[in-house]
Amino acid sequence: MNFGFSLSPSSAVNLDKIDLSLYHKMEEIEPDVRICIGCGSCSATCTGQPFSGMSLRKVILAIQRGRENEAREMLSGCMLCGKCTMVCPRGINTRHLILSMCRYWDGEDHGYNLMNEVEVKI
Amino acid sequence: MIYQGKQKIWSDYQKEIPSDHWFYARSCIRQSFFPGAEKYFMVICKDLLGKDIFENAHHTTCGGISYHSDTIPQETVMTIVARQFALMTEAGYKNFVCSCITSFGNYTEILETWREFPELEAKIRENLWKACRREFEKPEYVAHASDLVYKFRNDIAERAKFRLVNKETGEPLRVVEHIGCHYSKMFPHKGVGGAEYPCVLSGMAEAWGGQVIDYPERRHCCGFGFRQYLVKANRGYSLSNTHKKFESMEPYHPDLIITNCPGCPYFLDRWQYVISEMTGKTYGENGYGIPALTYEELAGLVLGYDPWDLGLQFHQVAIEPLLDKIGIEYDPAKKYLGLNEKEIMKPALPSVMKCC
Repeated sequence: MNFGFSLSPSSAVNLDKIDLSLYHKMEEIEPDVRICIGCGSCSATCTGQPFSGMSLRKVILAIQRGRENEAREMLSGCMLCGKCTMVCPRGINTRHLILSMCRYWDGEDHGYNLMNEVEVKI
Repeated sequence: MIYQGKQKIWSDYQKEIPSDHWFYARSCIRQSFFPGAEKYFMVICKDLLGKDIFENAHHTTCGGISYHSDTIPQETVMTIVARQFALMTEAGYKNFVCSCITSFGNYTEILETWREFPELEAKIRENLWKACRREFEKPEYVAHASDLVYKFRNDIAERAKFRLVNKETGEPLRVVEHIGCHYSKMFPHKGVGGAEYPCVLSGMAEAWGGQVIDYPERRHCCGFGFRQYLVKANRGYSLSNTHKKFESMEPYHPDLIITNCPGCPYFLDRWQYVISEMTGKTYGENGYGIPALTYEELAGLVLGYDPWDLGLQFHQVAIEPLLDKIGIEYDPAKKYLGLNEKEIMKPALPSVMKCC
């Protein structure tokens, strides 16, 4: 029945229903991600953030919430400069985390595709 | 923590509610939504409990609905409220109780504004005098009608003929309590339990035998939101809010919803029909919806008043499955009979949600 208005899908995240396999993979690649406090220092210092919307804090949060596409989109804006690693107060090797996640998504055979896209953008 | 320490902390969340001598102001919209609710508040408080609650036929809307819809300025609302207080003063009362949550928020907000800006209060007194030659004293206590029913909940429980218990299984009914946003989200210290532990409805449900369920979106708005509903282009926001709440409460299988705001029972009731027509989904058992009741209607039910006198046929969601669960007898043939057994119109049945 058409009432003249529609129902918007809820943005609520049900932690019991989401797929956390990617988060577990991320933990396997870089176990230190568990000690992230979400302070946002990585995002604040990110050179690409103002231009590409890249925010590692949001990437980690998106993966914890099962939102893989959102995380992939943001990570494609990373230039791997490594500034985030230098400022992380918990000492997480964020550059390694990002590079490993990109390789995981693209597969080892095409490990640098995503990086090539970044170079083109730059 | 020692028991006395807990008691001391909890006492900070309590609200002083005088037990007698109140001036009652009705809601402008509840009479048309659920007309039995306010009537049975008076029946329960005056006739059953013997309290002195006075109402004046000359009172008007508090203006809150227009204020929150951005259609009249605040000074106009204040003058309307000043007139309500003038009626209370003329009747010789000092305690003001209102039926509507938005009115409660409105009265509270205005009294706080006058406390902060006395010159504004002086201006409103002048406006009122110029408009209708009336003067007023500010009420000593402002309460919402659910505060009073909360205060009298144990008196009602003592006189109750039914309890919120499934008569087949003996298990307490699972109750969703939904408190209107303007009750304690604006001025937390004005509500029982504050904004952190609002217990005005859960206290009633538990006193009458029910089990209150906690679910993720428990404190989410019902979706009314004034302009979210009143402007048709925004109405999807209203519906989506309510949908979010139902999706959140569904896994807990609630038997009923109790509310204390005019808009909440209306939207939690009517949107179930709209959601069922749009998505084909219903949230109650066996294709029915979840009954959304006002606290007066629920008090009336446990006290044994006739469900059709309480106006429960005005709900979109069928109430009969709940009555059967509690064991309340009713005559289906009288559902759509008005005063003097005059036939009132029967509504058309929804295509998805089951109704009796």
